[in-house]
Amino acid sequence: MPKDHGIGASPKRREDIRFLTGAGNYTDDINVNGQAYVHFLRSDVAHGRINAVNTGAAAAMPGVVRIFTGADFEGVGGLPCGWCVTDRHGEPMQEPAHPVLAQGKVRHVGDPIAAVVAETAEQARDAAEAIEVDIEELPAVVDMKAALADGSTKVHDDLTSNLCYDWGFVEENKDAVEQAMQDAAHVTTLELVNNRLIANPMEPRVAIGDYNRATDESTLYTTSQNPHVIRLLMGAFVLGIPEHKLRVIAPDVGGGFGTKIFHYGEEAFCTFAAKAINRPVKWTASRSEAFMSDAHGRDHVTRIELALDKDNNFTAVRTETYANMGAYLSTFAPSVPTWLHGTLMAGNYKTPVVYVNVKAVFTNTVPVDAYRGAGRPEATFQLERVIDKAARELGVDPIALRRQNFITEFPYATPVAVEYDTGDYHGTMDALEKIADLSGFEARRKESEARGKLRGLGVNCYIEACGIAPSNLVGQLGARAGLYESATVRVNATGGLVVMTGSHSHGQGHETSFPQVIAEMIGIDESMVEIVHGDTANTPMGMGTYGSRSLAVGGSAMVRATEKIINKAKKIAAHLMEAAEADIELKDGQFSVAGTDKSVAWGDVTLAAYVPHNYPLEDIEPGLEETAFYDPANFTYPSGAYCCEVELDPETGKVTIERFSAADDFGNIVNPMIVDGQVHGGIGQGIGQALLEGCVYDENGQLLSASYMDYAMPRADDVPFYNVDHSSQTPCTHNPLGVKGCGEAGAIGSPPSVVNAVIDALQSGGHDVTHIDMPVSPGRVWAAMQG
Amino acid sequence: MYEFEFVKPGSVADAVTALGEEDAQVLGGGQTLIPTLKQRLASPGKLVSLAGIAEMQGVSTDDAGRICVGGGTVHADVAANAGGYPALAGLAGNIGDPAVRARGTIGGSLANNDPSACYPAAALASGASIVTNAREIAADDYFQGMFTTALDEGEIITEVKFPVPEAANYQKFEQPASRFALVGVFVAKYADGVRVAVTGASQEGVFRWRAAEAALSADFSADAVPEAPAADGMISDLHGTAAYRAHLVAVLTRRAVAACG
Ligand SMILES: Cc1cc2nc3c(=O)[nH]c(=O)nc-3n(C[C@H](O)[C@H](O)[C@H](O)COP(=O)(O)OP(=O)(O)OC[C@H]3O[C@@H](n4cnc5c(N)ncnc54)[C@H](O)[C@@H]3O)c2cc1C
Repeated sequence: MPKDHGIGASPKRREDIRFLTGAGNYTDDINVNGQAYVHFLRSDVAHGRINAVNTGAAAAMPGVVRIFTGADFEGVGGLPCGWCVTDRHGEPMQEPAHPVLAQGKVRHVGDPIAAVVAETAEQARDAAEAIEVDIEELPAVVDMKAALADGSTKVHDDLTSNLCYDWGFVEENKDAVEQAMQDAAHVTTLELVNNRLIANPMEPRVAIGDYNRATDESTLYTTSQNPHVIRLLMGAFVLGIPEHKLRVIAPDVGGGFGTKIFHYGEEAFCTFAAKAINRPVKWTASRSEAFMSDAHGRDHVTRIELALDKDNNFTAVRTETYANMGAYLSTFAPSVPTWLHGTLMAGNYKTPVVYVNVKAVFTNTVPVDAYRGAGRPEATFQLERVIDKAARELGVDPIALRRQNFITEFPYATPVAVEYDTGDYHGTMDALEKIADLSGFEARRKESEARGKLRGLGVNCYIEACGIAPSNLVGQLGARAGLYESATVRVNATGGLVVMTGSHSHGQGHETSFPQVIAEMIGIDESMVEIVHGDTANTPMGMGTYGSRSLAVGGSAMVRATEKIINKAKKIAAHLMEAAEADIELKDGQFSVAGTDKSVAWGDVTLAAYVPHNYPLEDIEPGLEETAFYDPANFTYPSGAYCCEVELDPETGKVTIERFSAADDFGNIVNPMIVDGQVHGGIGQGIGQALLEGCVYDENGQLLSASYMDYAMPRADDVPFYNVDHSSQTPCTHNPLGVKGCGEAGAIGSPPSVVNAVIDALQSGGHDVTHIDMPVSPGRVWAAMQG
Repeated sequence: MYEFEFVKPGSVADAVTALGEEDAQVLGGGQTLIPTLKQRLASPGKLVSLAGIAEMQGVSTDDAGRICVGGGTVHADVAANAGGYPALAGLAGNIGDPAVRARGTIGGSLANNDPSACYPAAALASGASIVTNAREIAADDYFQGMFTTALDEGEIITEVKFPVPEAANYQKFEQPASRFALVGVFVAKYADGVRVAVTGASQEGVFRWRAAEAALSADFSADAVPEAPAADGMISDLHGTAAYRAHLVAVLTRRAVAACG
């Protein structure tokens, strides 16, 4: 029988009541008394020198409060980068300045030149149109390889070139990999593009700055996944506001997918301007603005080689990747193609040597940073595509080739510097083979062929690393932040709990799943637990939500704090029952003395803590509130096996997804329904990347896919019903919950199987097509079929 | 948006008067015009809404058996009420999404003449008459290239009259993002010959594929459809090359003919 409460149950999401009835409180729903509105005048050229910005006429327009330009920010810090990558030669990456408002040059379409603050948003926009800007257009740097050629125009004049870094990993493996390539019985090579994406959360970004002259306190309301990170970065590095004078509130947030991790100039602007004009300042992005100012994702150009011996054992992997940084370094951009990508290049396989080379490149495009999966989808895609290609070249079954090379013993130290604690790759593949009905495929293919369609089946595995940690290690790798998480558990006198977590929920369902864990530990009803998050004023310093870390890291902090609570409560219970502390047991919300029928209820103990009349005041303090910070010993390593079945119309090239099966190992599972939902959403985005989404710039750096007229988001009828299975469970060995993280798996695991299936379909129709770049649009399929 | 005045006259005559003023513009369902205003790409001084003009609403049949659609009729109404011309009703029922079909009008679509819109293909393939407050224009004379028509400034499409064919079918291959027609082909078979109109493909907007018309008029079968037309002059963009669009023209024409039964 499935459980109906606690860990393993699937209660409906309590937050959905407010989300689905319009009762959410999003940043744009917040209006601060007396607020003014800002409109950003953004560059419409990709690259240019700013000769003059004349705001005279605009300043005289109705409603204008003040106009800011780059000059107003000359003494103010630029946006900091949170990760410094060291290159192959031991040198730090090239790190350009990232001004809040452009200074001297504009470097991408959408780069803000000036900001108009006015009484209404429309007046601000009217006045922005009246600003006279004299920009001398410069050649745009768009193509990454051309950007690195000698004599290329430079995005940043003060850097030596457009190369941010040239990273080798593991540099010491380089020669061994070369040797293995030479010794190989077979080498399969694949060149591919991991397409640039725009995250498109349903809620565009919003920021409101508010300043209290009486207390000298600044408050920023913002659409963020990690309010404490914003407070630290903006307070310490940009505006010079100490944290006790700066409060950052990220209320309900309508989806993030990574793009709301980063500290953006608009946040700093609103906080700065509110103080400068002594009025609250609000900014709400339009969708068009989101397209040209939210950090984009992916955008890698890769060549991968897989070496095999005569028995088809993988002997080496070598990759060379060009990773687009865009015009500036977004907060965590440098880490994505390196530590979140290179470390995963061993995949699920016992390949003995791996060498990853990444060249990060500046271009005149919007900055690129983490997007759901961040580096791991790029790693998975190339590896699982090249394995499929190898299987085809060698004429072996792609599943058998994978199984033959699976890692089977754990812990396993990969040649790319990480140690997988647990996993069972045969187990997830077995689970996949069951749910995907592989044996029925041939019949389904015949049925499709009878209708003039081609049918293909594609499989892939994935491994990912969640809950990036521990802090001291990531510090050595260049992170300028810690990666622990925090929780304060406050028990009220009548027994209810409030958990203040540094994790942030923006669709993940923390308000439902976190209470399940605590309720299980104490043996009380989940309704007695409330989750508070998103406000630096009432939560402990935490690192926020990304990288599928919330339950594994934030949940673990919660567990640790709750353990402290239980320990103290046992002392109180022992006192109340006049028993030894060691004899106290807690079960179903009752403290009892082992071997007796004495018991006292949870609520009696919590009341005693706050009304300490009969209480060991000489031994312990009154009250019941504890905080824990949890810094994991390692990443967690979810893994899985996915299968996609497509039908392809050979006349038009249109691909439809007929079946999609996902078998994941997430370790222990707290709320299976929420896990299903996370996987569904992730696969939806993965299918979006594989078939539909593509962010395209022309050679002048103009964004061609600048609206939903040209940027194709997946819709309900683009995706099938999913078969999802998480019965294969190898609990994480180093966190107290044994959980691994499930937020990104779907987006990481699905694109290769989609493309593998398309290639399979084409091959079955006699078309000698070995690769098509994503998005695999009908036009691209048709062009590939023409040879 | 910039500021504008808004009027909602109750008759075509009043609308024409209102449109006589400088900078006045017709507002149909607003599905194209409102986003344009929001992006500040147009700045009419006055919008003259047609939504209150009863005489421009609805679907009827005239004495000649033609399906007559009022210029202010929304797509959802055509989908529901043009059963006498199933291919037309089907086309209307597959434009955009329910919200678009509840607001967008046939007059707005034909006046706009988006090169990827669906109605222009139906009107041209049917040899429809576009009736305005001033005159009646044959479809063959009406479409004059992308976003260009025979309408004069301030002229209002009040009605569109469709001769009903013996058989007809519209095949729309959707552009993945906008779901307008990447290419759409409307085939209509009349007693005096077959007409084939293509939308989405040409830089000149909707056009008649004369080679296919001649072949199909002689032999109305999918096999009779000629090879793909030349790619010269076809649209090439993110979603498909000119060659791909030319290829789709032939594929969709064959499918339309086959679907005519
Ligand atoms: C999300 C979305 C999806 C869509 N998908 C499709 C699709 O798949 N296929 C398709 O064909 N279309 C599609 N459309 C367009 C839609 O069908 C509308 O028909 C079209 O936008 C114009 O009609 P309207 O009534 O909204 O005109 P408006 O936007 O009000 O006006 C458009 C232009 O026509 C003028 N005008 C309006 N009515 C008249 C009239 N009676 N006489 C003279 N001039 C007039 C206006 O002045 C304006 O210049 C889509 C639109 C949206 C927003």
